[in-house]
Amino acid sequence: MGRYFRRKLLFYLLTFFLAVTIDWLIPRFMPGDPVQTMLSRAAMRAEATQVIYGYYVRAFGLDLPIWQQYLNFWNALFHGDLGVSLWLFPKPVIRVILDAVPYDILLLLPAILLSWFAGNNFGAIAARRRWLDNTVSPLSYILTATPYMWLALLLAWALGIVLRLFPISGAYSYAMAPHLSWAFIGSLLQHWFLPFASLFLVMFGGWAIGMRNMIIYELEADYSRYLEALGAPRGLIRKYAFRNAVLPQITGLALELGKIVAGALATEVVFSYPGIGYLILQAIQNKDYFLLQGCFLFIIIGVLLANFAIDIVYVVVDPRTRVGMQGEMA
Amino acid sequence: MIQAKQTHELLYFALRNSKLRLGLAVLLLFVLLALVGPLLTDYRPYDYVGPGAQPPSSRYWFGTTTFGQDVFTQFVFGLRATFLVGLVGGGLATLIGVLIGFVAGYRGGLIDELLNMLTNIVLVIPTLAVLLIIAAYLEVRGVLIESVFIGCTAWPWAARAVRAQTFSLRAREFVDLARLSGMKPLKIILTEIAPNMLSYLLLVFILQFGGAILIAATLDFIGLGPTNAISLGLMMNNAVLWSALMLGMWWWFIPPGIAITAIVGALYVTNVGLDEVFNPKLREM
Repeated sequence: MGRYFRRKLLFYLLTFFLAVTIDWLIPRFMPGDPVQTMLSRAAMRAEATQVIYGYYVRAFGLDLPIWQQYLNFWNALFHGDLGVSLWLFPKPVIRVILDAVPYDILLLLPAILLSWFAGNNFGAIAARRRWLDNTVSPLSYILTATPYMWLALLLAWALGIVLRLFPISGAYSYAMAPHLSWAFIGSLLQHWFLPFASLFLVMFGGWAIGMRNMIIYELEADYSRYLEALGAPRGLIRKYAFRNAVLPQITGLALELGKIVAGALATEVVFSYPGIGYLILQAIQNKDYFLLQGCFLFIIIGVLLANFAIDIVYVVVDPRTRVGMQGEMA
Repeated sequence: MIQAKQTHELLYFALRNSKLRLGLAVLLLFVLLALVGPLLTDYRPYDYVGPGAQPPSSRYWFGTTTFGQDVFTQFVFGLRATFLVGLVGGGLATLIGVLIGFVAGYRGGLIDELLNMLTNIVLVIPTLAVLLIIAAYLEVRGVLIESVFIGCTAWPWAARAVRAQTFSLRAREFVDLARLSGMKPLKIILTEIAPNMLSYLLLVFILQFGGAILIAATLDFIGLGPTNAISLGLMMNNAVLWSALMLGMWWWFIPPGIAITAIVGALYVTNVGLDEVFNPKLREM
């Protein structure tokens, strides 16, 4: 088991190293001068442009040799220095992002976990009830094919604008400041519901289909047939089938994380929900490249942590990984 | 002779499979719309053709945007972009995935270890995050460039799937025989292994096609879409940017979403149908 975790840890460190390198590399080796591009879009007087140009060249450290720039980048990173946001000048990027992260956790963690549990259970039930299979499965296919932001738009329009049931913008009422009271928590939940629901529904479709197919496959496996021949109760066979079918779904969760993150970003944009996705939109519209790079790093860190958490869960759930047999590589 | 009979049998099951028929019918509908649609309109996607914010009417089939652009025109041109992204992005992703999968699965050893490592790394890093960073620094973005970038980042799971299949085929007798008879590895892969996976590769391509469309839609929606063309994601981006939601202009953002959902859903259903056709175990009798 130690070997398993050492391997994983090494892999994640290497991935993080590469991701940071990409983050450093792209602005410097894309065609054109990033500083020039940035300034040409912000209309300013000529002398002001000169001063600011000088500032950014120094800030990026563009006048240093390449290897020095790279080392400086890492050094700054370890000191939590991701630069200064242009959009919210002079707030440091790291602060801007840390303010947004709680909203992402609030939105993503329940959406991912609940849709995973609900989808798996529904899929497992659908696999053995024909009428459910005929209704839930086609619906699941439609849901999983829906672009996240479009479902978000539909919900916002139908429940927010037409029926006026939910607010469609922000994380809490604009008339309030964040504080600890029931009214504020109520407002928070009210604003949270629609983004949560649209993420939940799309993911739910995918898990339900996956589980349904896995259960059908497992119920036709030799061990199920053998149990059946021995006269084991159906409930027991299904329990075993479920436990086997859940393993690929856990791996699937790790594989889907990238898509889920993309969906969450788009959903936050629809609802102006102040998480990282909303920051990215602002960063793009305001040409705030420091902020964009910072968001990229935080997404990577989040995804790597989530992967590691899934690895731990996998060890708990699948005994084979514990006794040193080769488990699934994520 | 046997080949002809097999094709005949596949065709028989393909025509009987209702999922396949449904999926292909929907796809065909949208392909036709993408091909013929632009001929039915006199405008270009960004032309200002009339009064703004008009609901659908006989004159403007899908209504107009806030600025008086024809939504139907944008829609049919956007469909073309969607299929282009699917074809190029999905195709490229399949190609890279298949190449890496074949080499890793067939060669094994150190090369496999390294390629596997690379695959897993690209798999863990969220595609969209990388695309965001790249696209943000490009001043002019076209649909084709977007597709190429998507293709270059979406291949890992295809590589994994193909590698696993190659692995199991490599141990079969007919591959041993080919190796014993002195065939070159490349030729073995192309003439012995690949033909046995053809149906599987088709399924991989279909899923990559749908995946590329969804990634492009998200990227366009966040505001990093093509700068010189229209796409379905860009339509939704514009709709949100100019408060179509608040103004109740549902005709602006509903059609592009329906099209993407229908196309990707049809691809998934086609995929399941084809799987049943190719895999006798799954056929419903």
